[in-house]
Amino acid sequence: VTQAARTAPAEPFPRAAREALANEQVRTNLLHATTTIRLKRAQAVNEVADWDQLRDAGAGLKDHALLSLDRMLVELEAAVTRRGGTVHWARDAAEANTAVTELVRREGVETVVKVKSLATDEIGLNDALTAAGVEPIESDLAELIVQLAGERPSHLLVPAVHKNRDEIRDLFRERLGLPELGAEPGELTAAARAFLRETFLGTRVAISGANFACADTGSVVVVESEGNGRMCTTLPEVLITVMGIEKVVPTFRDLEVMLQLLPRSSTGERMNPYTSIWTGVHPGDGPQVFHLVLLDNGRTHALADDVGRAALRCIRCSACINVCPVYRQTGGHAYHTPYAGPIGAILQPQLDGGRGPSASLPFASTLCGACADVCPVRIDIPALLVNERRKVVERHHGIEAFGFGLLGRAFRSRRRYERAQRLARLVQRPLARGGWLRRFPPGPLRAWGRSRDLPAVPGTTFREWWGSRERT
Amino acid sequence: VSCALFITCLTDTLAPQVGRATVELLERQGVTVDFPREQTCCGQMHFNSGYVREARRLARRFVAVFGPYEDVVAPSGSCVAHVRTNLAGLAGDTDGVDERTWELSEFLVDRCGVTDVGSGFRGRVTYHPTCHSLRLLRVGHRPTSLLRAAAGVGLVELPDAEECCGFGGTFAVKNADVSAAMLEAKLDRVLATGADVVCACDSSCLLHIGGGLHRRGSHVRALHLAEVLAA
Repeated sequence: VTQAARTAPAEPFPRAAREALANEQVRTNLLHATTTIRLKRAQAVNEVADWDQLRDAGAGLKDHALLSLDRMLVELEAAVTRRGGTVHWARDAAEANTAVTELVRREGVETVVKVKSLATDEIGLNDALTAAGVEPIESDLAELIVQLAGERPSHLLVPAVHKNRDEIRDLFRERLGLPELGAEPGELTAAARAFLRETFLGTRVAISGANFACADTGSVVVVESEGNGRMCTTLPEVLITVMGIEKVVPTFRDLEVMLQLLPRSSTGERMNPYTSIWTGVHPGDGPQVFHLVLLDNGRTHALADDVGRAALRCIRCSACINVCPVYRQTGGHAYHTPYAGPIGAILQPQLDGGRGPSASLPFASTLCGACADVCPVRIDIPALLVNERRKVVERHHGIEAFGFGLLGRAFRSRRRYERAQRLARLVQRPLARGGWLRRFPPGPLRAWGRSRDLPAVPGTTFREWWGSRERT
Repeated sequence: VSCALFITCLTDTLAPQVGRATVELLERQGVTVDFPREQTCCGQMHFNSGYVREARRLARRFVAVFGPYEDVVAPSGSCVAHVRTNLAGLAGDTDGVDERTWELSEFLVDRCGVTDVGSGFRGRVTYHPTCHSLRLLRVGHRPTSLLRAAAGVGLVELPDAEECCGFGGTFAVKNADVSAAMLEAKLDRVLATGADVVCACDSSCLLHIGGGLHRRGSHVRALHLAEVLAA
């Protein structure tokens, strides 16, 4: 799986997708996993009578936090500081990585244990730590699998969704030195547990992300299923949390809404098994040093776009990913961002300014709308995709823009439109056989023709038929 | 009842038989159909592809052409969805025409109050709800209730019907490989039903599905709802 490799260079989506489509094993794993999880989600959501009101509340409180982010973050900083934590501000990935690396170095450790965190994936923290001589060990089972394989996560919530258990057994046999290991889920989990237990007991510094942070109390929340996150947030002496600034919610009470929306939308559970909430430090209980790194890294750019900012409501549940018919074919690696699927296609170009391959992501969608239907915070993902497309076409003026310009000009006048219709009929006539076109000139028509025939342009347009009918 | 027919540029040019069926079907219900000859394109493709300036001009043109009519009917879920969802934002003053624009099955069931339209079609039909009629217009059971009321139509359920067929406008060529993979999945399910016809409410998706069926050498036909109902 070349493109799954952590070091693979980012490519535009269509090319990366072509490679992904060739991997039948990954596609089979994905279809199976996403079908199971979307059914579970639907059941879990359908049993909540006021689900739509909950979504309204979730969207409303996130919007409230985002539109007053300047005050919210200062309030959060004050609360965390009051309770014995230290807040650091990072404008971009480099500043965040430097801050964390410095803090780790100050502790003089060679190993840190990590809670699954998208924000740290986004900034490439593991690479920065490794470069500084510190070994990061992922404690989330799936994230550990991906790390041991030297790959990138392919799903927000289930980073190793592209691997089946035989592949995981082979990986553990090799990387954990267990040549006799079987492929039963129980055996695989036990192997990972034995490995991680030693890590938890022997590691003084942990790094986490955050699902939410409450501005009023300074409490930070991590939601997970395995309990490994709980180990990381309680056992070590030092806890460093890297959090995107959009994760702040106004009050502790708002968790009432968010903790109903998130588990049902993500794993299809009424409640997730482990919810860790900590507020600063407590003498004699848990980590005695707490650092909170607040990460911007493009988020304030997104905030400045009055349409695009809705993407910052996202609570990373991955419901949109599991229902996306494009993601279900390609998997996450084709997106070349930790935020794959529909949410990645609207978030990543806003975070990195849409320079480079992420400019292809807003086009990696049919605008079918399945994502918007399941989003727990009502992000109108298709509308945001179109908004991102607008930004891309406004930057590039290529042959496509020229074509759309010509077409637009034709559509602005009946005379030109009817002439274009006659021209289309004339041009394709030599290519048509038996009412169908099967061979095409280079360009968009050939791309169409790779998998589809095209009916020949009929001899009479509808309007010509209407005209002749009116005359008789 | 009378209406203006918004034929859509794609049906006008590439699927005129769908337009003729729509006219026949509406007239058979006693609807007086008018066809404003100045109409061209609503601008959906420009809008969805990011060309908002062009989309704005075409939206204003749509208002100018169809504004004078009481009701506007189109045999396309996605074009009607564009008009209803985006016209106001693009054109400013819409004269209320966005709210008076109907998708064909909506117009028949809600405005004309019919479900049995007297179709003489005979055969097994499976119905694919196109994404924009399903999720933006929420046409719901209207198309299938029209099909069920046709005595000669044997309606066969399409598994995972609500999954997109992979057309998506320019997506079909910009991401041709993914589009093809989605289409193959859809066609496998269509063929497994054993239906003679796969029916939908959008000529654009049907172009993609029908083109895929023809490439496979299948005898299953991709027909618009209007064609099945007008037969």
